[in-house]
Parts: sequence; structure tokens; C-alpha cells
Amino acid sequence: MKILSSEITSYKFYINRRNFIKSSTASMVASLIPLNSHAFHKDTNINISNQLDKNDKLNTYEEITTYNNFYEFGTAKSDPSNYSKQFKPRPWSISIEGLVEKPGLIDLEDLIKEFTVEDRIYRLRCVEAWSMVIPWQGFSLNRLIKKVEPKSDARYIQFVTVFRPDEMPGQKRRILPWPYVEGLRMDEAMHPLTILSTGMYGHELLNQNGAPLRLVVPWKYGFKSIKSIVAIRFVKDQPTTTWPVTNPSEYAFYSNVNPEVDHRRWSQASERRIGEFKRRSTLMFNGYEEEVSYMYKNMDLKKFF
Amino acid sequence: MRLSSKVVNQLKPIIFLLLILPSIYWGINFIDYWGINFIGQNLGANPIDRLMDEFGQMSLRLIILTLLVSSLSEINFFRALSNIRRMIGLFAFYYVCLHFLTYIVLDHFFNWQFILKDVIKRPFITFGFISFVLLIPLAVTSINVLVKKLGFKIWKRIHMLIYIVALLASLHYFLLTKADKTEPLIYLFIILLLLFWRLYSRRLKFFFNHH
Repeated sequence: MKILSSEITSYKFYINRRNFIKSSTASMVASLIPLNSHAFHKDTNINISNQLDKNDKLNTYEEITTYNNFYEFGTAKSDPSNYSKQFKPRPWSISIEGLVEKPGLIDLEDLIKEFTVEDRIYRLRCVEAWSMVIPWQGFSLNRLIKKVEPKSDARYIQFVTVFRPDEMPGQKRRILPWPYVEGLRMDEAMHPLTILSTGMYGHELLNQNGAPLRLVVPWKYGFKSIKSIVAIRFVKDQPTTTWPVTNPSEYAFYSNVNPEVDHRRWSQASERRIGEFKRRSTLMFNGYEEEVSYMYKNMDLKKFF
Repeated sequence: MRLSSKVVNQLKPIIFLLLILPSIYWGINFIDYWGINFIGQNLGANPIDRLMDEFGQMSLRLIILTLLVSSLSEINFFRALSNIRRMIGLFAFYYVCLHFLTYIVLDHFFNWQFILKDVIKRPFITFGFISFVLLIPLAVTSINVLVKKLGFKIWKRIHMLIYIVALLASLHYFLLTKADKTEPLIYLFIILLLLFWRLYSRRLKFFFNHH
């Protein structure tokens, strides 16, 4: 059964609840307390975006901010939180390029002022078969897309991460071909579930989570949700993306979460939810099948993985 | 001048402690993660993964250490080091067992069907599994009685398997690494260097003695 995340909790209530659990030895009792809805969410119209399964529990702020894949700061999970202190996420602007009527630089502060930031609680499934539940703050990417007025032949969007080897120690070595690039098909980018995130747990994004602006595409493997975005390019053809270029036999453009298509080196049928002992079965499109599967109706998902 | 057997034997308990301590430290941290959290999360947010990684890395390092000790003990000065070779080898096996058990029990919780498929289907797991299996005869034949029973020559031949184990284990590590392959390549390089040393040491010695 699916219920709205707004019915589950707000992050404020969750923080309180977590503190209560921490300060109490009776955590078993605490977990039985029903979670009431709090009138926190600013946008209640986007029903499909807030769906969360009953047995999904938010991961802790500490888990989300210390266990990261962000190779710009190093390849170990603890590297991004340890080695991102030098990174300066402000001031920040995003370059809008390619097939649009209104190209140019957009200041992040202006963007945040213009688009009300909403809460989105999403599952995040890493290609490495672990997952988390994360309360993001952000806005639907489609609002930005509409603002810059893409031309009719813009069929894909490419995103680019900032390249600052002085502030990002991982970029000093060519672990991946820098800068990191990702991409979406226009309908995927326009989908209301796809957001640009500016915050998490009610705080501004920390550097290790992709400050100050990152993509979140919850039905795709985590690496599609590109971090610290400096450029958004509207293009005609399927753009280059980092992992398929690095390892074409193991990664491809779409990278939709799919328990039936294994990674070449490991199974994608199950995952470990961070904080849990036993593995869970991985859900088709990470549990967002109802919302997104129509976009891939006539596609062979084994071929276009 | 040479390292005396006596010194090496006196160091044995210390080396034993040094080698067993990491497993105790990680074990306590792991139990702490699921329990009362009094140490703090030293294993990070994904302790099962981390435990498997630490045990695996430790066993690979110890396998390499036995190779190094073997090669060194052929040099007169270090001959006494052969006294600790068995202990290091058995510790390597100990950590491989912990690594394997973490995979079976903690990672997949006895999901044998899945594990079997994994071992057959995934080359990196196949290599890891074979090197584990090949280590078993080495561990078993480390008992003194068996060394005598087999005769030193056969025993030695069996124990040359360690080079295959080392190569497979480092290949296992190389294949599972996603992007930055530097570390597994360093291990592989050291193993090949030591293998080369072992293969040619007799010839080199012969060369130096007869020319």
C-alpha cells in the first residue's frame, strides 16, 4: 500500500522523533508511535512525487552526509565528507546552453527566490546495491526548463558538474574523465518526479551531497543524479555521460533501476537499505513504476539498460 | 651478523596480538553498531560492506606478507623469519574465513541459492572463492605432524599454491573495484615481483656462486 509522505512525517517531526529515540532507551516503543501528518509541505498538488512505501524509514542525517559516492572528493565512501571542506558552493551560477530561447547565466539565489522549494522524500538506489530514503528540498526541473524555453529540436539535456581540482582533491587524478557529465531525455527531465535539489533535511545541501545544486532522479541509479551542477545544455542527440564512457559494457545511458537487469559484476535483484541488516528486494524503477514506466513502454529495457 | 631465532621467537606473541587485534576491533565496532552505539560509528553507515572490505584487504595483505617473509628468509640475515611464516599464513586464512563468513552470513544471510549463483556467475566472486578453497589445504597441512608425514618436498610443492592464491585474490580485488584501480594494481605488482624473485632466486644464487 502506498501513502503520501506528507502523511508519514515532515522532517522536523522526524528530527524530533529521532532525538526522542536517541534520548530514550525505549526505542522499541517509539517506533510503534503512529506518525502523524504535519502541515509542512508547501506543495500538496504533486501527489505522485511524494509517494513512499509504508515500510520506508528516513535515513539519518549522519548516514546521508557521511556515506557518499562523489569521486570528485575521492573514491572512499567517507572521502566526500572528509575532503570537501575546501569547496565553496557560493556564489554559484548555472550556465544554460544550447537549444533554448533564453540561454545565459542564472544566479542560484535568483532561482531559489523564483521557485518555491518543496519537500520530496525519495528512495535513492545506488548502482552498488545499497539504498537510502532521503528528505530532499528542491523544485521540479521542469520549472527551470519551461523558464528557459527549449527549442523544438532539443530532445535531450546534458548536465555538467563543476571542475575545480583545487577545491576537489579527487579531480587531481583522472579517476574519471572530468568534468562529470550526465544526461536525461526531455520527457524524463520534464517528469514532475525529477527535481533540482538545494537542500536536505531542512538544511542547505552539504558539499558532500552535491552543494549547492544537484539533480535527483529517483527511479534511476544514483550516479544519474549529478551533483554540483554548473551547466545545463539542451541538445538534439543523446549526450555523452560519464559512466558509460568510462565503462561501456557495464553502464548505459538510461540506468533505470531494474531488478531484472543485473550489473555485469553483481546482481541488482536486491539491495541493502542503509541501517538495515537483511537485504530488501529491489523494486522496478525503484518503486516509481506507476509514475514513470509509460516513458519506456516500447523499449527493450535489457538492451537500453 | 644475522637476525637470531631467539629474537624472532620472543616477538611471536607480539606479532600474534598485532595480527588478531584488527579483527577484535572491527568485531566490537560491528556489534556496537547494532547495539548501543557507545563507540561511535567507526565502520560507517554500511558496516557489513565495510567489514567485508576490511577482512578482505587484511587477508590479501597477509598473503603478500607471507610471500615476502618466504623470500626474505632465503637471505641468510633473515633466515629466522621462517619461524613466523606459518603464523602469518594461518592469520591470512583466518581473515579469509572472516571475509567469507561476512559474505555468507551478514551480506546474504545464508541465501544459498543466491550465493551459489553469485559464485558461478560473477568472475570476481569465482576467483575469490577459488583462492579461498585453495587456501584450505595450505592451512590444513600446516600442522607439524602432517608436514612430516607428507615429506618436506611434497609439502613445499603444495605450499607453492600460495602464489596462485595471491594472484587470484588480487584479481578478485581488481575486478570488484569500480573506478580507481591503483590499489589492486599495487598489490598485483608486488605479488608479481615476489613471484619473480622466488622463481629466479635460485638461478641468481647459482649465478653469483659460480661466476
